[in-house]
Amino acid sequence: MTLTLKTPGPRSLPKWAKVPSGALLGLVLLLLFNLCFTDHFLSLQTLNINMTQVSTIVIVAVGMTMVIATGGIDLSVGSLMAISGALAPLIFGARTGLLAIPAIGMIVAIVLPILAASVGGVLNGTLVARFRIQPIVATLILFIAGRGVAQVLTNGNLQTFSHAGFRWLGLGKVLGIPFQVLLMLAIVLVAAWVMRSTLFGRYILATGGNERAARLAGIPVQRVKLAVYVICGALSGLAGLLVIAINSSADANLIGLGIELDAIAAVAVGGTLLTGGRARIVGTLVGALIIQLVRYTLLAHGVPDAAALVVKAGIILVAVYLQKREN
Amino acid sequence: MSESIPMNAGHLAQALAAPIARKRSRWHLLRTQGVLVALVLLIIFGATRYDNFLGAYNVLSLLRYNSMFGLIAVGMAFVIMTGGIDLSVGTTAALASVISALLSPRGVVLPLAAGVGAGALIGMINGLIITRLKILPFIVTLCTFLAAHGLALLFAGNQSVSVSWDSGFTEIGQGDFLGFPIPAWMGALAFIAGGLLLNFSAFGRTVLAIGGNEEAARLMGLPVDRVKFLTYLMSGALAGLAGVILASQFGAGQPNEGNGWELFAIAAVVVGGTRLTGGEGSIGSTLSGVLLLGLIFNILNFENGKGVISLSAYWQSVIRGVFLLIVVLLQARLAQKEHEAGG
Repeated sequence: MTLTLKTPGPRSLPKWAKVPSGALLGLVLLLLFNLCFTDHFLSLQTLNINMTQVSTIVIVAVGMTMVIATGGIDLSVGSLMAISGALAPLIFGARTGLLAIPAIGMIVAIVLPILAASVGGVLNGTLVARFRIQPIVATLILFIAGRGVAQVLTNGNLQTFSHAGFRWLGLGKVLGIPFQVLLMLAIVLVAAWVMRSTLFGRYILATGGNERAARLAGIPVQRVKLAVYVICGALSGLAGLLVIAINSSADANLIGLGIELDAIAAVAVGGTLLTGGRARIVGTLVGALIIQLVRYTLLAHGVPDAAALVVKAGIILVAVYLQKREN
Repeated sequence: MSESIPMNAGHLAQALAAPIARKRSRWHLLRTQGVLVALVLLIIFGATRYDNFLGAYNVLSLLRYNSMFGLIAVGMAFVIMTGGIDLSVGTTAALASVISALLSPRGVVLPLAAGVGAGALIGMINGLIITRLKILPFIVTLCTFLAAHGLALLFAGNQSVSVSWDSGFTEIGQGDFLGFPIPAWMGALAFIAGGLLLNFSAFGRTVLAIGGNEEAARLMGLPVDRVKFLTYLMSGALAGLAGVILASQFGAGQPNEGNGWELFAIAAVVVGGTRLTGGEGSIGSTLSGVLLLGLIFNILNFENGKGVISLSAYWQSVIRGVFLLIVVLLQARLAQKEHEAGG
C-alpha cells in the first residue's frame, strides 16, 4: 500500500510547487503596473507593509488549503482567531502565581490560545469525520458560536495591553525582515514539504480525490480529516495572536472578521481544487499576494476599499473559471 | 413560473419525486417534524415562565423583526433543495437597504421596486454564472457576497443612509395592516406561496428532482438550468425585499448590516430538517426553524428581564451555536437510523 501511495499517479499527485500560469501572470502584471505607475513602490517599506498585511491571511490560508484538499471547508477560522486573540491578553494580564514570571506568562499566553483554537478544530473535525456532517454546516456552528465565546470572555470590550514580548511578535524584525513574515514563510515551506514528501500529505490528497477509494485502500480517512481541521484551527489561533500583537490590543468583535473569505479566495486563486484532491500550498501564497497587491494598488491610486471588494470578487471568479477550463 | 415548464416534463418530475414521498419512515418524520416539537416546547416554556410572553406586543415585534430572516430563509430553502447554496443574501439585503433608503424620498413604490430589483439582479447574476459557466454555487455567491458589500458601501459612501420619514416609506417596516405588522404579512405570504410552489407546482417538483439527481433530471428533459436560475433569482429578490424592510424598519440603509444573515438563513433551513445536499425539504419546517432561532434570543431577553441571570447579548450567538450543534447531531443520528430502516 505504501508503495502505491508513493508512486505519483498522472493526475492525483501533482507537482507541489506548481502555480497556475494565470495566477503567476497576474502577479507579474500587478508588479509591473505598480513599478511603472505607483510612487515609491520599490521600497523596503512598501514591501514590509504588504508582506505584514498578507502574513495572517497566508497562515490561515495554508490550513484552509489542507482542509479544502480533503474536500472540506472551514468557515470558523475567523472566530477561532478571535478566541485565541481574546484569550492571550487575559492570560498575561493575570499576573498571578507562575504567570507572573514573564517568560512563563509569555509561553502560556502563546500556547494556551493556540490550544484553545485547536480544540475548536477538534470539534470541527469530529463533526465532519465521525458524524459525517457536511463541512459547511459543521464549521458554521463555531463560526456563529466561536466569536460569541470570544466576546463573552472579554464582555465585548477592547483590551489594550503593553507587553514587550508580544509587541515583538507583531513588530519585531530579524535581519530587517518582520518576524511574522519569516514565520509565514516557514509555515508555507513546512506545509509544502508535508504535502509533497510525507505520507500524511498523500493521505490528504487521496482522501479529497476519492474518499471511498481512499478508505478501501486502508487510509485512515477519519483521522486524516480530523487532523486537517485541527491544523487549520491551530494556525488560525496563531494568526489571531499575530493580529493582536501588531495592534497591541484585542477586539473580539473584529479579530479575523471575514478572513475565511480571503483565505478561501487565496486558495482558489492559487489553483487548489475546491472539490478536493489537489493542493497548491505555494499557489495559495501567490493567491494571497495577488489579493493583497490588488487592494494595495487600488488604495495607492485612490480607489476606495469598497471598490476593491468588487474587483476581488471578479478576480476570484475569473481564477476559478480559468482553473475549470484548464481541467 | 410553472406554466413555462412543459406539461409532460412536469409529470416526469412528479414521477421522479414520488418515491421520495412514499419512503417516509418514522425516523424521517422525527427528523423533519422534530423542529416543530422543539418550537412548541419552547413556546410552552416561555409562556409558563414569563408574563407577557404571549402578549400581543411581544409576539408582534418578534414577527416584525424576524420576517426579514423568514423571507431570506424561504429563498435559501429553494436554493438548498436544488443542491445549491446562496451566500450572497446578507450583503444583497444590505445593498437593497442602501438603494431603497437613497430613493426613500420618492414615496413607497419606487424604493420598494428598486430594492427588490437590485436583489433580483444579483440573483440573476448568480443564476447565470452558475448555470452557464458551471462554477460551484458556493464560489459564485461568495463573489457576489463581496461585490454586493462593496457596491453597498460605494452607494452609501461608507456610512448609513437615513431614510425619509415623510414619504410613507417607513410604513413598509413599521406599519400595520389589519392589526398585523406589514413585514409579517410579507413573510407569511412568502411562506404560503413558497409552500404552494414547492408542493403543488411543476417548478417545485423540478426543484426537488434537481436536488435528488441533477443528471437524471437533465436526462429526463427537465429544464434544469432554467429552474436553477429561477431559484437564485427568487432568493435574490427576497433578500432585496428583506433589505427594503431593514431600511424601513430601522430608518436607515445600512451597508454593513446583513453580514452573517446568510448563515442564519442556512441555520434555519438546516434546523428545519432540510439536508444541504438537496432533493428534499419543507417550507413549513423552515418557518419553524426561523421562529425557533428567533425565539432563543427572545427568551434570553425575558430571562435577563427576570433578573435571575444576567447574560449579555454576546451569549446569544453562543447559545444559537450550541443549539445548532445539538440539532445537527440529532439529525445526523436520525438520518443514520432512517438509512438503517431502509428509507
